Amino acid sequence: MFNYTLRRLLLAIPTVLFIAFIIFLLLELSPGDPMSDMPLTIPPEVREQMRLSLGLGEAWYVRFYKWLYMFTIVEPSHMLAGMTGIESLALEGQRIISFQTRSPVADIIAQRMPQTLWVVGLSYIFGILISVPIGVYSAYRQYSWFDQAGTFVSMVGFSLPTFFTGPLLMLIFSIWLGWFPIIYDTTLIVDSFSDFLLQLRQMAMPVFVLTLYNAAQITRFMRASMLDNMTQDYVRTARAKGMTEKVVVLLHVLRNSMIPVVTVIALGIPTIFTGAIITENIFRVNGLGQLLITAIYASDFPMVLTLSVVFAILIVAFNLIADILYAVLDPRIRYD
Amino acid sequence: MTDTSAFRPPRNQWWDVWDQFKTHKGALVGSVVFIAIVLFCFVGPYLWPHEATYINIRARNQGFSLEHPMGTDQLGRDILARMMKGGQVSLAVGVVAMVLSVFLGTLIGVAAGYFRRVDGLLMRMTDLFLALPLLPLLLVMSMLFRQPLSTAFGVEVGMFLLIVTAIALTSWMRTARVVRGDVLALKEREYVLAARSIGTPPRRLIIRHILPNVLSPVMVSATLMLATAIITESALSFLGLGFPPDFPTWGRLVADGVDYLQQYPSRSMLPGALISLVVLSVNYIGDGLRDALDPRIRGR
Amino acid sequence: MTSRMSLLGAAAALALTPFAAMAERGASGHLNMVYWQAPSIMNPYLSGGTKEQEASSIVLEPLARYNENGELVAWLAESIPTVENGGVAADLMSITWRLREGLVWSDGTPVTSADVAFTAEYCMHPEGGCAQLRNFNGVEGVDVVDERTVTVRFGAPTPVPYGPFVSANSPIIQRAQFENCLGPRAPECTDANFSPIGTGAFRVTDFRPNDVIQFEANPNYRDPALPHFATVTLKGGGDAASAGRAVMETGEMDYAWNLQLAPDVIATMAQGGRGAPISAFGTLVERIEMNLTDPSADLPADVRSTRAAPHPVLSDIRVREALSRAIDRELLVEIGYGTAGRPACNLVPNPPIFASEANDNCLVQDLDRARALLDEAGWTPGADGIRVNAEGRRLVLDYQTSTNAVRQDFQALIQQWWREIGVEANLRNINASVFFGGDPGSPDTFQKFYADVEMYANNFTGTDPQNYLGALRCGLEPRPETQWQGENINRFCDPAYDALHAELTQTANIEERGRIARQLNDILVQNFVVVPLVDRGRVDAHANSLGGVRLNVWDSGLWNIAEWHRIQ
Repeated sequence: MFNYTLRRLLLAIPTVLFIAFIIFLLLELSPGDPMSDMPLTIPPEVREQMRLSLGLGEAWYVRFYKWLYMFTIVEPSHMLAGMTGIESLALEGQRIISFQTRSPVADIIAQRMPQTLWVVGLSYIFGILISVPIGVYSAYRQYSWFDQAGTFVSMVGFSLPTFFTGPLLMLIFSIWLGWFPIIYDTTLIVDSFSDFLLQLRQMAMPVFVLTLYNAAQITRFMRASMLDNMTQDYVRTARAKGMTEKVVVLLHVLRNSMIPVVTVIALGIPTIFTGAIITENIFRVNGLGQLLITAIYASDFPMVLTLSVVFAILIVAFNLIADILYAVLDPRIRYD
Repeated sequence: MTDTSAFRPPRNQWWDVWDQFKTHKGALVGSVVFIAIVLFCFVGPYLWPHEATYINIRARNQGFSLEHPMGTDQLGRDILARMMKGGQVSLAVGVVAMVLSVFLGTLIGVAAGYFRRVDGLLMRMTDLFLALPLLPLLLVMSMLFRQPLSTAFGVEVGMFLLIVTAIALTSWMRTARVVRGDVLALKEREYVLAARSIGTPPRRLIIRHILPNVLSPVMVSATLMLATAIITESALSFLGLGFPPDFPTWGRLVADGVDYLQQYPSRSMLPGALISLVVLSVNYIGDGLRDALDPRIRGR
Repeated sequence: MTSRMSLLGAAAALALTPFAAMAERGASGHLNMVYWQAPSIMNPYLSGGTKEQEASSIVLEPLARYNENGELVAWLAESIPTVENGGVAADLMSITWRLREGLVWSDGTPVTSADVAFTAEYCMHPEGGCAQLRNFNGVEGVDVVDERTVTVRFGAPTPVPYGPFVSANSPIIQRAQFENCLGPRAPECTDANFSPIGTGAFRVTDFRPNDVIQFEANPNYRDPALPHFATVTLKGGGDAASAGRAVMETGEMDYAWNLQLAPDVIATMAQGGRGAPISAFGTLVERIEMNLTDPSADLPADVRSTRAAPHPVLSDIRVREALSRAIDRELLVEIGYGTAGRPACNLVPNPPIFASEANDNCLVQDLDRARALLDEAGWTPGADGIRVNAEGRRLVLDYQTSTNAVRQDFQALIQQWWREIGVEANLRNINASVFFGGDPGSPDTFQKFYADVEMYANNFTGTDPQNYLGALRCGLEPRPETQWQGENINRFCDPAYDALHAELTQTANIEERGRIARQLNDILVQNFVVVPLVDRGRVDAHANSLGGVRLNVWDSGLWNIAEWHRIQ
């Protein structure tokens, strides 16, 4: 197992490099231009000059090399300096600069992180916390009213797009009832109980929308997997041996049913980092998802590339974690 | 088991599956609803006098009436007709994209889980696809293939192919990861070992022993995919990658109606309800199918 | 000082008016604004986007700007230089500005003519990629005459010398702050670009790109009684609908920018009773552009949509006229813009002196005339109602535009009208960032124009249409050799038009300029090369408790934010 993990970790480096390269090529190919935001009143010659000033005049491989150097050497040194507080650790030289804001990409990502973790991260945790028990109980009491209601809510919750549920919630809870604000205040600093309440109120709607969406998926997988295992022979054996239902369901069946759920959760955690693009935008949470989408629309290639590659690293990492967890959950699985 | 069943004449096992499916109330209701929606969308337009794209500017923003049972939109187009027309596209895209995506995902998942040699490569490819930013990918696909496809197959079929491929190509990864995880565990089970030890070739082993046991996560993936595909289609048309704007689809009807949520809530709620209804009915059909195909449940 | 005291006294006397409480700086408290597109930078020279221009105009100010009526008013300058007062040289080769007395930056240091000269140097740096370079067109140099006086020298006679340092496009930046940010180093100055030091009513306290900006009153603002608000938050992101709701229905916000929504949606919001929409008209015209060249996919790439291949159908003016006559502009306005739109028959709808009155007959939809024109042009109705010509070609046009709810409604309406006269339109909508992106590799940009007709909106900055009308001269069309860059989207070419435009660039007299510009406009419109549809206004919304808002489309909408105040 240790060998396997080590090998996978080593293999992860060329994998991420390759993914970065492909994403770079994709962005190169994609239609769109950093100048598309500019009003049409700006003449073409000026646009061309602005383009050159962004470094777009250089050959693509030069730009990729420069980005790679900055991503792997310069930016980590700045991160290190920021964490330790030793300014001298930060390397000289240009950092990855966003086209839109002309400022270091890493600073903006750091600035956006808290909102995203609060809203998207929290709703993911809520999603897992409520969906696992619901999935287990729905499978245990298959076709009970609880199961039927759970199915209904989760399928409706999943099939309604967030660009519809968001404005609907706003209409009900902000405009008719006046409970929650429409506009999320990212500058709010929570240092008193009333601020905390304010934070809860402004988080309520986006967290609800996302929790519903996340929980819907995980519940379905949990329930299906539990149902598969409930009818296995070892369950009958365990019951025959006189084990309590609690032990049978929660210890034996649950553990054996976790593999698909672990997969789905591991696939979902990296997406916390890319944020919830539509939901963040609707509720003006302005986290990483909103950052990514505005960067894509503005063809801010350095920003899109950096965000996507960090995302890729997380994907590779969490898929590795999932693979290791499989072996923990089911010791028969061997990779060597 | 009762005595009568012991003396039952031998018959095709699909009859057993059908018998079991019939007893699943949810599945039966789901099938009826699904067929009704399909008929509504594909036969309805022949019976309904209004055309989906006909603008009657004097009759705009009307409420429910006999003439327009679901009202009219901001340009005076009959919403019932638009729902029928929109359903054709949404159902076709949803079902085809779902089948493609689930097929691709299952294929890759089983291959990666069963054959260790290709596991690394396939899973790294999965990582790559998971990491690709969706929007630029779709824009590039549209740029490269839109024109050739529409000249080769005509605008509508060309667009359909492009959309369905785009959705399938960007959504098979979860199915693949889930299936692979299950296969990894399944192939170490005793009965698989036993089958292998008597020399069953991998192809038959996968079809007979592995596939039936990964059916339930695949079914869940499929239902979730259906909803995703219908909604993704509307996002694509927003990017100019989808059907021409005079083509209504459910997803687009929901999106267009959102601004009018306050004045005319039905405008986005009705297509939204139809999407949910389709997904729910497919979910129940999937449940029923899964039960029917499971020999352990079938006998009960 | 005495005059100010008496003013204050007068204000105090009107104790019952809402202004009474406003005599002191910051007395109105906090102002919340929402822009559904978030500003990404506070330096308008590095981004030409409207949202950045608006946000930076809170901090940075020009020498002169346009007021809400489109008239030039002195801002940081003492007065507007003209030929009459000697500020503009008689040969039109230079203009001399004089700064107000006692101006200081928000950090307390004096504003001098060196700052003005530096601003020009900053934008005109060849490697800077300045977005506002057009304002400095033809500028030879900027000379510092004394502490408060600068002279801008032009390379050729410039009848309208109000490009540099005028309007929110071209504000003065502080030399001390931007000295080390010239040219290629411009992007490195993150702090300066995010919180520039300005002379405006507010200064930046916190800038979060593409999210939120916070301001506080500038302690060194030139009028000690202003601004009325102490702090300002400008929140960005989201969509126009919820921005409007936050102002007019829940009252969370005081001001919302650019509500591009259907008129009945805005009307419903206004019933919320907490705020009201306001609108104003500038020069933005939604139009259909006719492609005079052949966009057929069968042509080789270097010929397609270039002047080498004239359009087989639209080269005939009768077809173009028929397409225009079939459109009911009043109805388009009613459905798409309501009070924020007016039917347009001219490319230059405003200011009045440049607006032609010769084309008003376009206001009436005339399907019979359109059909007659097509008959005359040799297109006869086929079996399915779509016209065919003698060679058997069907009258089918590709009609593209960007993705936008109102534009798609327009497409559907126009498609139907055209069908009524026997023309089939294939609709297409393209994501705005691709459509307006100008990427030469993409087939879907508006410049490449791989369609027969396309629809979008365009306008000109300031009040003079010279450059705007100059875009349709020969040789400026996008083509492969120019990497598909160029402003002559229709590929229109008429030597008489070019000659008339050359005359405009030499004319200083405003009446004469008006006559020539109207003539140019008429050539384009009466040839049905550009088919104007709607003169689009801008709709903002403000809370009922917010006073002093004067929506200005000629400059920044926030141009007089110093005077905004709370009404109790």
